[in-house]
Amino acid sequence: MPDLKIKISDLYKIFGSNGAAHIDKVRNGVGKTELLEKHGHVLGLQNINIDIFAGRIQVIMGLSGSGKSTLIRHINRLIEPTTGQIMIDGKDVLSMSASELLHFRRFDASMVFQKFALLPHRTVLANTTYGLSMQGIEQSEAEKRASHWLERVGLAGFEDRFPAQLSGGMQQRVGLARALATDADILLMDEAFSALDPLIRADMQGILLDLQSELHKTIVFITHDLDEALRIGDDIAILRDGNLVQQGSSQDIVLNPADDYVADFTKDINRARVLTLGTLSHQEPSVDGIALDSALTLEQAMNDLAASEKEAITVTKDGQMIGQVTMRDMIYAASRVKAGDGDTVTYR
Amino acid sequence: MALIDWSKITLTDPPQMPREVLRELKKGIDGTFREFSRGYGEAIENFFHPLLMFLKWFQDLLIETPWPLILVILGALSWWGSRSWKMVVGTVVAFLFIGWLDMWEDTMATLAIVSVATLLCIAIGIPIGILMARSDRVQAMILPVLDIMQTIPSFVYLIPVVMLLGIGKVPGLLAVMIYAIPPIVRLTNLGIRLVDKEVLEAADAFGSSYWQKLFQVQIPLALPNIFAGVNQTIMMALSMVVIAAMIGVPGLGVPVLRAVSNQYLALGVMNGLAIVAIAIIFDRVSQAFGKRLQKHREGEHGA
Repeated sequence: MPDLKIKISDLYKIFGSNGAAHIDKVRNGVGKTELLEKHGHVLGLQNINIDIFAGRIQVIMGLSGSGKSTLIRHINRLIEPTTGQIMIDGKDVLSMSASELLHFRRFDASMVFQKFALLPHRTVLANTTYGLSMQGIEQSEAEKRASHWLERVGLAGFEDRFPAQLSGGMQQRVGLARALATDADILLMDEAFSALDPLIRADMQGILLDLQSELHKTIVFITHDLDEALRIGDDIAILRDGNLVQQGSSQDIVLNPADDYVADFTKDINRARVLTLGTLSHQEPSVDGIALDSALTLEQAMNDLAASEKEAITVTKDGQMIGQVTMRDMIYAASRVKAGDGDTVTYR
Repeated sequence: MALIDWSKITLTDPPQMPREVLRELKKGIDGTFREFSRGYGEAIENFFHPLLMFLKWFQDLLIETPWPLILVILGALSWWGSRSWKMVVGTVVAFLFIGWLDMWEDTMATLAIVSVATLLCIAIGIPIGILMARSDRVQAMILPVLDIMQTIPSFVYLIPVVMLLGIGKVPGLLAVMIYAIPPIVRLTNLGIRLVDKEVLEAADAFGSSYWQKLFQVQIPLALPNIFAGVNQTIMMALSMVVIAAMIGVPGLGVPVLRAVSNQYLALGVMNGLAIVAIAIIFDRVSQAFGKRLQKHREGEHGA
């Protein structure tokens, strides 16, 4: 298991003139509607507990109003919590002094915003150096590093343009380069790709995954789009009305949705493209099958299986056989029928 | 002593203070202020003395500088502001015309007071605007004051200013500033309040301190609005030239006043047009400069 990077525990946020006064009511089960109607306060987040691990992409998903943007802003304290604890590398962000917080924001966590939030009066290059100049890095060195990151996101040659002269996708690349340039371990991405059209969005997801395979940052990624969550998330947490309703891997979310809300989310996705052989693999009296790696998705595996003469797959991991998957398993898993019994796989 | 004279109320006469009471009230206020100006007038005058010296120095400097040099400086300023040869030529021709019609010295005096008033308005107005943008309470306190400054007839505040400081350049400058400072304060406040919240959040997220945010994000993004304020302030300062002349400020207003009292049509029109010419030049140059500040918005699309 990788190292624990961010540990959020017992986090509550109640918006209003005196949120702290209503904490106990919320703890004792007063809901969002009642809190608003009777006490005039808005319940933002309640009882949030998440462990986020170093070098992984933690997706936080939910519909608008579910509190996901509020939650990510707690990590660098753009929003003050009502109560709770956020430990990052063993230090409590919420007890940092003003100057410690500035240092933390400058060096340890950077952020990418939904609407890019670039400085319109600065060139692309000067936008990218912003975080570096906050770190006190000398201008020429900052520009050197900024150019490097602009090149990495595919914007070499655009250094002297202004943000308004770029398309949305290009502006967000600047946003990404600006965040990466500070070399912070933690990258907070607030619906970073939601404002982009689908092709550009897929493109940006690809860029992010490429960079991540090399940089191994701890990324907290907010989205309302399950396809995006499944594509880039190592771990996924689902928020609803300020509550965490499910945490798990993409496989967990798709195979075992915690409630109807999550099931609703997963209803329309292409399950064969998400589920992997490793998830379905189980021990059965050995059948003669083609050997495939456990990380392959069902879609890829079905394709390979159809091309062969066999009826089953022998699942391997690092060259070792770990189980097998039959054609029937895959059909069940890809459609949404609940099948199997206790000792094999259970899915809906 | 009754505060309402009940006997005087009719359908056409609303309740009124008794005549004697009202007279006493006015006398009391006048007396108190006279006491105050007798007691502190000199101290206040001394306080403004450096300003007077500066004004005098600047005015003399403009008048004594050789006219070709002034033309070069004005031409250069208008080029720096507008980057347009048309503006430069227009400026030089306008000032040559002014000199030809024997208004050079008055024009220099007017330029002196308007420039000093504008600079002081900027130096005082922008910080006040920033304070207002920072706090709703400060804004609520200052807005009504600005409303009063903009709507109260200038003659009304000339009275206490003249009582305190007599007539001369400094009271004239104060009168001009009272009238001209509101736009720069208002537009600084507005400009800073209109800065995109998400951009501010980004500045916070990257660890900007309060001052870094102010100087690197808020003021640069508010600059187009601040500049519109500067432009308005210059225009309003120019429009006070004649009234300032009434309390002893030299410049183009003085001949205008003389023309009014003696019915000199030509003198009045010429000096009036000289003020207009200066106003148009200042306005176009400062607007072109303001537009240039927004060059980065070129090619903006919806995103």
